[in-house]
Amino acid sequence: MMKQLTWKDLPIGGTVVEPGNARRNLTGSWRTERPVIDQDACIRCRICWMYCPEPAILELKKPYATKAGKRYDLTYEIDYDHCKGCGICAHECPVKAIKMVPEVTG
Amino acid sequence: MAVAKALSTREEVVKERVGLTSNYAAAYAVKTVDVDVIAAYPITPQTTIIEKLAEFVANGEIDAEYIPVESEHSALSAVVGAAATGARVFTATSAQGLEFMHEVLYIASGLRLPIVMAAPGRALSAPISIHGDYQDIMSARDSGWVIMIASSAQEVYDSIIMAYRIAEDNRVLLPVMVSYDGFLMSHTTEPVELYHEEYVRKFTPRNLNRPRLDPRKPMTIGVIASPDWYYEIKYQAINALKESKNVIKETHNEFNKAFGTNYDIVEKYMLDDADYVLITYGGASSGNAKEAARRARERGLRAGVLRLRLFRPFPTDEVVSAIKYSKVVAVVDRALSPGNTYEGPVFNDVVSALYNKGINKPVISVVHGISQRTMLSDDFYNLYKKLDEYAKTGEYPRKTIFIGLRGGEA
Ligand code: SF4
Ligand code: SF4
Repeated sequence: MMKQLTWKDLPIGGTVVEPGNARRNLTGSWRTERPVIDQDACIRCRICWMYCPEPAILELKKPYATKAGKRYDLTYEIDYDHCKGCGICAHECPVKAIKMVPEVTG
Repeated sequence: MAVAKALSTREEVVKERVGLTSNYAAAYAVKTVDVDVIAAYPITPQTTIIEKLAEFVANGEIDAEYIPVESEHSALSAVVGAAATGARVFTATSAQGLEFMHEVLYIASGLRLPIVMAAPGRALSAPISIHGDYQDIMSARDSGWVIMIASSAQEVYDSIIMAYRIAEDNRVLLPVMVSYDGFLMSHTTEPVELYHEEYVRKFTPRNLNRPRLDPRKPMTIGVIASPDWYYEIKYQAINALKESKNVIKETHNEFNKAFGTNYDIVEKYMLDDADYVLITYGGASSGNAKEAARRARERGLRAGVLRLRLFRPFPTDEVVSAIKYSKVVAVVDRALSPGNTYEGPVFNDVVSALYNKGINKPVISVVHGISQRTMLSDDFYNLYKKLDEYAKTGEYPRKTIFIGLRGGEA
């Protein structure tokens, strides 16, 4: 467990002195449902990437060939460390390639 | 010897003696300390400060940005932003304007920004009143600012110079408000000795050794804090305010040395052997109270006055040691704390200061001078006589006394 900082250790006025450290705030733990992309159904339209508020959709230069033989240079994947599970991507995907599945099934 | 030295210091540092209102004295102080950014919105009785400053900037007498804003909320927000970059800033307001700034008051202190503000005190609406009292200042009481209350135009000038040094001190880093009587001081002319710029600049060197926005060294100011951080960051600020008292005293001492003055965080008048003490703040009340104390002494009452120069952090030790040996104390408030056990806000501070030191003595809560209702020396003289009567009978009022209220109290 991380040592808890006291009021004496914190930067004055709560300033954040280290740029980009929000990366270390793993908001993925907030999730109850996770988005799962069906790479065969995805048409690489980039809409989920644009709408994700986190942003937890990664646009990767990773070639992919669908079962039907269509080839793409890009692949969209989820950064599950930061995806909050809000479901916006699934809602916005025009071809319904994203499904929200329960994080933990009882 | 000490006096001779003080006189020669004074001769050296004083450039000229001019007639100024307290508002103009504030503007001259801002001019002499060399500020970078001024943002303010005019509101009575503060307007003439920023008119004067606008004139200084327009004439090129101050090398500062003057930001004309559309409200007090924006005025304080603009100086918050400027101070976050390390700029030396100034704003001024009163009454409804201070209320309109209220949200940002907490932001300024929470972000630990060394902002200096002049705030001539004024009554709050409704009913609408442009006249002076300290209701606006009292409602800023818990916002985490250092609050000083001056009692002469000279003191306004001197306090604003000291305020920059206090605010920017690394052990403080808090906004400082310099208050004084609306109209009775803000608009009346008194002789003020202005200092040579070089001495003031030497006394208020820029201290940039603090967190500030700089594109070469990116950082974030004004983040959200979740419940597991907010409490600690807030405690930092309230602790800094409490600890600032030592820095404020130190600054007073150094100012006295550099400018040949004699300031302390409380002012004691005929207190050494006083049986009956009036605790006051601001200008008019203190002058008349002192005159009343002189008259009371002529008639055999051992009277004295304690004036608060520092209101936040409250000078607990200094107040208690000044009134420890007196018989009866009356706190004369020029503001109201409606619905409290006693309606005088500073009365409550004085009582808790005494309680803190385990002292139980008769303290009377008095309200006077609301919306600039005239407070005559006669009123204070009669108050001394009353304190004497109470002491003789041993019966003390268990409620706030509203002096000069037509129709008497309910
Ligand atoms: S569920 Fe929300 S946070 Fe997660 S990837 Fe989709 S849009 Fe982004
Ligand atoms: S919105 Fe749907 S189709 Fe478009 S890139 Fe994202 S997953 Fe693929």
